[in-house]
Amino acid sequence: MNGNGSGANGGLAVSMRDVTKVYQMGEVEVHALRGVSVDLEVGGFLVLLGPSGSGKSTLLNILGGLDVPTSGQVLYRGQDLTRADEGELTRYRRRRVGFVFQFYNLIPSLNARENVELVTEISDDPLPAQEALDIVGLADRSSHFPSQMSGGEQQRVAIARAIAKRPDILLCDEPTGALDITTGIQVLEALERVNRDYGATTAIITHNAAIATIADRVVSLADGRISRQHVNETRAAASTIQW
Amino acid sequence: MIPALDRKLLRDLWRLRSMGLAIAVVVASGIALLVASLICFDSLETTRDRYYARHEFGDVFANAKRVPRWVAGSLDELPGVDRADTRVTAGVTLDVPGTSEPVNGRLISLPDSGRPVLNGVTLRSGRWPDPGRAEEAIVNERFAQGHGLELGDQVFAVINGRRQRLEIVGTALSPEYVYAIAGGDLLPDPTRFGVFWMARRHLATAFDMEGGFNDISLSLAEGAAPEPAIAELDRLLEPYGGLGAIPRAQQISHWYLQNEMTGLRGMALLMPMIFLGIAAFLLNVVLRRMVAVQREQIAVLKAIGYSNLRLGLHFTQWAVVVSVLGGILGIALGALMSAAMLNLYMEYFRFPDLIMRWSWGHILAALLACGAASVLGAAAAVKSVVRLPPAEAMRPAAPDTFRVSLLERLGLKRWLTQPLRMVLRNLSRRPARAAMSVIGIAFSASIMVLASAAMDSFEELMQLQFNVVQRQDVTVTFFEPEGRAAFYELASVPGVVEVEPLNGASARLRNGNRNRQVGIQALQPDARLQRVVGADYQPVRFDRTGLILSRKLADVLGVAPGDTLRVEALQGTRPERDMVVSATVDDLMGVSAYMEPAALRRFLSDSATMSGAALGIDPAARDSVYAALKGMPVVAGVALQHAMLESFETFVAENMNNTMAINLLFAMVIAFGVIYNTARISLSERSRELASMRVMGFTRAEIGVVLFGELAILTAAAIPVGLGLGYSMLAGMLAAYETELFRMPLVTEPGTFAWASAAVVVAMGLSAAVVRHKLNRLDLVEVLKTRE
Repeated sequence: MNGNGSGANGGLAVSMRDVTKVYQMGEVEVHALRGVSVDLEVGGFLVLLGPSGSGKSTLLNILGGLDVPTSGQVLYRGQDLTRADEGELTRYRRRRVGFVFQFYNLIPSLNARENVELVTEISDDPLPAQEALDIVGLADRSSHFPSQMSGGEQQRVAIARAIAKRPDILLCDEPTGALDITTGIQVLEALERVNRDYGATTAIITHNAAIATIADRVVSLADGRISRQHVNETRAAASTIQW
Repeated sequence: MIPALDRKLLRDLWRLRSMGLAIAVVVASGIALLVASLICFDSLETTRDRYYARHEFGDVFANAKRVPRWVAGSLDELPGVDRADTRVTAGVTLDVPGTSEPVNGRLISLPDSGRPVLNGVTLRSGRWPDPGRAEEAIVNERFAQGHGLELGDQVFAVINGRRQRLEIVGTALSPEYVYAIAGGDLLPDPTRFGVFWMARRHLATAFDMEGGFNDISLSLAEGAAPEPAIAELDRLLEPYGGLGAIPRAQQISHWYLQNEMTGLRGMALLMPMIFLGIAAFLLNVVLRRMVAVQREQIAVLKAIGYSNLRLGLHFTQWAVVVSVLGGILGIALGALMSAAMLNLYMEYFRFPDLIMRWSWGHILAALLACGAASVLGAAAAVKSVVRLPPAEAMRPAAPDTFRVSLLERLGLKRWLTQPLRMVLRNLSRRPARAAMSVIGIAFSASIMVLASAAMDSFEELMQLQFNVVQRQDVTVTFFEPEGRAAFYELASVPGVVEVEPLNGASARLRNGNRNRQVGIQALQPDARLQRVVGADYQPVRFDRTGLILSRKLADVLGVAPGDTLRVEALQGTRPERDMVVSATVDDLMGVSAYMEPAALRRFLSDSATMSGAALGIDPAARDSVYAALKGMPVVAGVALQHAMLESFETFVAENMNNTMAINLLFAMVIAFGVIYNTARISLSERSRELASMRVMGFTRAEIGVVLFGELAILTAAAIPVGLGLGYSMLAGMLAAYETELFRMPLVTEPGTFAWASAAVVVAMGLSAAVVRHKLNRLDLVEVLKTRE
């Protein structure tokens, strides 16, 4: 990973304007987002930084078409996602978006390759499942079930699953949150490689400020609002970071 | 190449195999009952219809005193009649070597040349009687088997006072005696009732029927109603002592067969519905839990781009696979069961050959029923899958809302330990599910009650009939009404300690266009042996003038006390008169009209006549009394109390153990299915809190309270519900089975309730033991590490 913001090659993949989100959790009303505007440049690497409860997961869910905002606008290459119905959102996720979650969310009853195939089977032009596993360095673990793998390995399977469909956008929710530093760095390196080699627009949310150094651009969230935004002059390599 | 989502399905099926299997067995039980009943019904119907058609079973039957032969020519002219056949028949008392008791026999004439036009006789062994030989006869197969009679063996019939030898030259079956039962009996006893066919010429001579006949059968043209033919036939036979014609529907063998088939059809509907309903409920519970556990997986699948339709289908498939597996098992079991059931039927219903009828329609019906149950069961779970917003599902579910339970709010809190509070709060949080579990378990108790209480009721009927209503040892019927001489003759038989005259007259009761041919019985107000007893088990008091009717007869005729009926006597000078119904009585067997003896005599303008007698005998002198009765010319039939009780006991021994075992099995399947799945779901829902409690230092026994306390409470609540449900189902069933031949009283022995409750408790114990095994293997660390 070199150069200054070289991943971004102009144009917007996603543009969010004045997005708010209020939802019920049990008997409590949560204001997760209070007027947030963010852009994702095509091929860019964005880190959303913030403490827990700052609204970053909600932001990511809305970017990924998992959730719709209470108000505001979200455009994917000019298509208004806030007006999309359930079927259109499903197609958006199916074709454009790859997700990586903090707790991996693999299907426990399927092995590594089958978890990836879950995606390749419903995609138009996927990578072969084995190749996706190869990219994350798990070619030899393909027949292992989630319960037989370490956290880092499971997360890399999740990344393989996310990239196998050749997504436009790769969204990662605390991808290293449950991992120790060594395995965390392996996972970040995998993400770095996918962004660089396949040009997938990548957004990572994390509360870990150290990770921010590998991004083109860093957006900090606090209490549902953007508190700070900056562009990294140079992106650090994942292998060099410490936390 | 199996798609990954389907591989997940297969592994989910395997992982939850024990719950899936428990549900599949419930489905299998229901489908087995459905398929077995359908196959039995269709096989019996096909067998019966072909037998009736091939052997020209009559559509209308009538008896008369003596009809001259020339009248036979006009029978064909009756409306709707296709063919007519006339015979000479007679009820006789038989003396069968090796049997001290007098046996009831029916002698039926065979044409001197050719074979019967109607009610064809199928020869099973031996040959037809030689018309030239008076003593040759063929006998119904069951009677021969019951007494071990071989070709060439001899029995004796008392014909017109003469003891006549009958030599058995063949055995046979007849559509008239598919169910061979003597009038007044509840159960067929092959040793107590024999049918003999012999050459007409000799039978006519013996009964003074030369140039005449006393038995008429008619077959009707296709689509012709029996009523016009019956009305005309009655008019035609009136001058000859016609006793009233009946349609096939009232022919006794046919009636029993029909009644059994109606019961089968009811079973084909009701029981499978109970089983499949419970299976749907269990599928619902398990699938909802599966959706809850897989909440995040579902969210991921949605995030990846799987549609609601595909995911809904995924969970429905689980239910479909489980119930279709159960269905296939049930179809196989049902086919086996139907063979066993048909074998049992063939013990009681005799056909020359059984046509096993098996249609693809049955299988389709069974599989459709399974499909319906699984879709019904999956519906709620699928709905929650569809409703689950993918983003929300990525977060852990909000903690379930618990409230302080009702018992605690009632102030019992301080007596409840924490584990017990957890049990109560958990139950009160999901009242609908708790209620469904209770209903499911209750059904298993009710099936037990139903099976066992039906027997209690039958037993009560027998007890009441033979210990309270008919307290005689022997009931004798005469060929013709007799005078006092017959009374003294009976009283003088050594060993007879009590004789009570029975007066009865055959009559037709008419209310508008409803009518029934019944016996009007005159009973002494101070009768000790044969009495009329109401629902309160007290003898009924007689009104001087009025007519007392069996309640069932009053229902059939559409009359109530105070109404007037037209009464037409079918004997003597055949007088007719309007009479007022003074009361109805809840008697249990047959339908009768009762009158005070003097009133009946006045109506018939007859001097003291006796149609039969009730006897009390000294048990030590039984054999000599029987020997004397066999030799009495006036005696047409002898009913023995102890023989009826014995055949009842044999019936109970032969059938009840099997029935009880099958019902016990089915009830246990349901109880186990419901309780086991409830326990497994509970364990799955609470493994985290149970593991936490173990970490905090609770013992296994203490956390067992949380899990099994819930089961115990559900079971305890279900048992009374189930007993009540079983009782109501029994009441409904007995009401539906109320017939003119018998009505069963609604009684249940305490033992029945205890037995049903015990079966449910045992099922709970079994389920608890299996789940306990799983609980003991709970990996504390693993459970606490995973995110629920």
